Amino acid sequence: MSTINIKEGTPLKAKIPEGDLAQKWTIYKDKIRLVSPANKRNLDIIVVGTGLAGASAAASLAEMGYNVKAFAFQDSPRRAHSIAAQGGINASKNYQNDGDSDWRLFYDTIKGGDYRGREANTYRLAEVSGAIIDQAVMQGVPFARDYGGLLDNRSFGGVLVSRTFYAKGQTGQQLLLGAYSALNRQIARGKVEMYNRHEMIDLVVIDGHARGIIARNLVTGEIERHSAHAVVLGSGGYSNAYFLSTNAMGSNATAAWRAHRKGAYFANPAFVQIHPTCIPRSSEHQSKLTLMSESLRNDGRIWVPKKLEDAKALQQGKLKPTEIPEEDRDYYLERRYPAFGNLVPRDVASRAAKERCDAGFGVNKTGEAVYLDFSTAIERYGKEQAHLKGIKNPSKKLITELGEKVIEQKYGNLFQMYEKITDDNPYKTPMMIYPANHYSMGGLWVDYDLQSNLPGLFVIGEANFSDHGANRLGASALMQGLADGYFVLPYTIGDYLADYIREGKIPTDTPEFEEAEEKVKEEINFFINNKGKHSVDYFHKKLGKIMWDKAGLARNAKGLKEAIKEIQELRSQFWKDVRVPGKANEYNPELEKAGYVADFLELGELLALDALNRNESCGGHFREEYQTEEGEALRDDKNYAYAAAWEYPAKPYERFTKHVNMSDAILHKEPLIFEFVKPTTRSYK
Amino acid sequence: MKLNLKIWRQAGPNAKGRMVDYKIDGVESDMSFLEMLDLLNEKLIGKGDEPIAFDHDCREGICGMCSLFINGEAHGPDRLITTCQLHMRKFNDGDTITIEPWRANAFPVIKDLIVDRSALDRIQQAGGYISVNTSGRSVDANNIPIPKKDADMAFDAATCIGCGACVATCKNASAMLFVSAKVAQFALLPQGRVEAAKRVQDMVAAMDAEGFGSCTNTGACEVECPKGISLTNIAILNKEFLLAQTK
Repeated sequence: MSTINIKEGTPLKAKIPEGDLAQKWTIYKDKIRLVSPANKRNLDIIVVGTGLAGASAAASLAEMGYNVKAFAFQDSPRRAHSIAAQGGINASKNYQNDGDSDWRLFYDTIKGGDYRGREANTYRLAEVSGAIIDQAVMQGVPFARDYGGLLDNRSFGGVLVSRTFYAKGQTGQQLLLGAYSALNRQIARGKVEMYNRHEMIDLVVIDGHARGIIARNLVTGEIERHSAHAVVLGSGGYSNAYFLSTNAMGSNATAAWRAHRKGAYFANPAFVQIHPTCIPRSSEHQSKLTLMSESLRNDGRIWVPKKLEDAKALQQGKLKPTEIPEEDRDYYLERRYPAFGNLVPRDVASRAAKERCDAGFGVNKTGEAVYLDFSTAIERYGKEQAHLKGIKNPSKKLITELGEKVIEQKYGNLFQMYEKITDDNPYKTPMMIYPANHYSMGGLWVDYDLQSNLPGLFVIGEANFSDHGANRLGASALMQGLADGYFVLPYTIGDYLADYIREGKIPTDTPEFEEAEEKVKEEINFFINNKGKHSVDYFHKKLGKIMWDKAGLARNAKGLKEAIKEIQELRSQFWKDVRVPGKANEYNPELEKAGYVADFLELGELLALDALNRNESCGGHFREEYQTEEGEALRDDKNYAYAAAWEYPAKPYERFTKHVNMSDAILHKEPLIFEFVKPTTRSYK
Repeated sequence: MKLNLKIWRQAGPNAKGRMVDYKIDGVESDMSFLEMLDLLNEKLIGKGDEPIAFDHDCREGICGMCSLFINGEAHGPDRLITTCQLHMRKFNDGDTITIEPWRANAFPVIKDLIVDRSALDRIQQAGGYISVNTSGRSVDANNIPIPKKDADMAFDAATCIGCGACVATCKNASAMLFVSAKVAQFALLPQGRVEAAKRVQDMVAAMDAEGFGSCTNTGACEVECPKGISLTNIAILNKEFLLAQTK
């Protein structure tokens, strides 16, 4: 199909321990080397990012006795974007007695990821999930409880059990504040040195090992050298390559990409998650998109009109959704997927929304929106409440009132958020939603130890690629971030550090630090002195449009080839024409953005290349050429059951002096071996 | 929409700041307040001027990063929202809008509209945690039932986003609402009771050391809090503080 020539490098090994799936992690932990408390005091670790993964790792490592330096680009570790996660966190506690188990959570996750994840990592994730809840409750995380005082659960997409723990629509915030409190405790003890408003702009590699970073103090512009025996990246994903996404404005791939430039492989960049329930875009000036939690699909029903003329009337503002009778509504998820209904996985729900809107059934003026309707749930809850209160023959008005109260209890803050943004009252008229970029399953390649191919560089949370395959299930990002940070990395990193107990402090006055500092300064000075025609945002928006149109919800070989070419051209123009105001040695947000966008302009091309290389559809990666007759993803397990880890095709610092083609990246395959589950066609019917 | 903006510009922590007038055209009612500033900045960059520095990140009202004092009110005229959730439909064509940073001795200006709120972090470091190791091997999460009422109240207190609007609003620049929210969250939960006395004393001492003013119960903080943190938390803090003194 594709005519591209991909250079192939040596295959990768994930270092998965022997033994039965359920025993691997236990066997591994029993066999690894430990570092004594006295020696931990002599070992330094850098943690970049203070979201759920970074904060929990920094706190745990410091508590164990290591010396930790933690870095956040925001003014406080508490503001990392994990804070915005709404719906919940999965754990296989089986508190609801609905047949849940570690195996089921593992199985749902590997199936949800369309069999493009690694079995052993995914099982370990499920295995430690329960401990996260125990840990969080001890830290004072106020999860939702029922009237008996025990923890409440709800259900998320792609599963048939209720295993999601939540704190209204602010679960990410509460879990992050828990990790932040643990981090604060270690900062107070002097075991974590916290660097706020600092950004990692290069990785320092000495004799093939990660040994430190170059950071920029964002307030003063000062360039700093920091050394350590190991570097941990918990720096999040790359959704902002699409310009509009649900990520925070500052979310960026720079730490990960600069590590990639220095030799760390970047895996499965094409696996991005497009979340089905976001507030549709409204204007040209929109800076970001806002997510409406997946938990809303517990009670909200998704629909568009059955009749094309109704859709037209809605688009022109001549008809209200409440005026369309029940029989003229197409609850297309319930129609297509009766078993899972509105709670199909995110990739399936997003594609189904696009399919209806492409066919002309979109419900707002742009034609890119579908309804998420709570009226059925309001009526159901209202009747239940009336019954509980012993009210006989309640009026419709009373039922609605009672039902709305229940909905408010469950989703109040989300409804308020929706109303503030759109000026529509979602209790009275259905919400309008549309898919938007949300999460990156791809990321830096890591082995079972969460160590990249560069020894001493560990990658955790969304920044790595390992646990979610080609599609992440709802409420699993919080689980993975905290699993990696609290319970996995603190073990695995010790096995690596055991070799360096006699090393002593790593000096920063070495040629490697010198070169890295000099080169990043050159790049910064280039930006300041370039005085081009266009702002950084100008290029970022152009990149976002290419990515969304040609490497978004649906992709094909022709479009991807065009995308690669267009991104290459845009990148050349960027290096010629970008304008960065201000100076290098001051607080300069435009300069920060210039670095992010320079990295996204390379990452975007690699993403398109990865999508072009993968001649199959799986999870969030949908190639139009590879679909079943019913329009479902068609996997090719014979040829593509591997993780694609890409090697940077140039020397680290060539890009602003010479045109670097990301399409020359070298592909290293990690074969995915399914010992314990048999990949089948995902079915949610 | 056309607007007249009066914006605080200050080159650095030690520089002298002043209000500068800007005119902006082409503002749409669906834009958020920060998107209006994005538009202004794009125009400034186009003219070769330096853009206005302001803190922002998630732009959905949860990270607590944005922090503008708009027409004399923290986070602007709407209620229960942050600046990023404020939309231009709350303003009219031809309006004059003044935009200032948070004003408090404990929040020095870094640049333009950006202030240093690290004092809030230091108060948390003084005791805003439960001293539990991260082994995950404590007790099962359902071992201690917690009455739903207490859990819900703890949650409401815990929703504080640490933006500092309460401090900026208070005529005394007091951080009592912020501190009380954390004290109350833990005081209401059995896991937090063990260290309750020490926590409230340490956090209050840290708050005083940072140079925040005293609380005189005007209640302005509660009105401007984007998360609706209740004054009840201050009552809980005072009770906990008194109890701690008697121990």
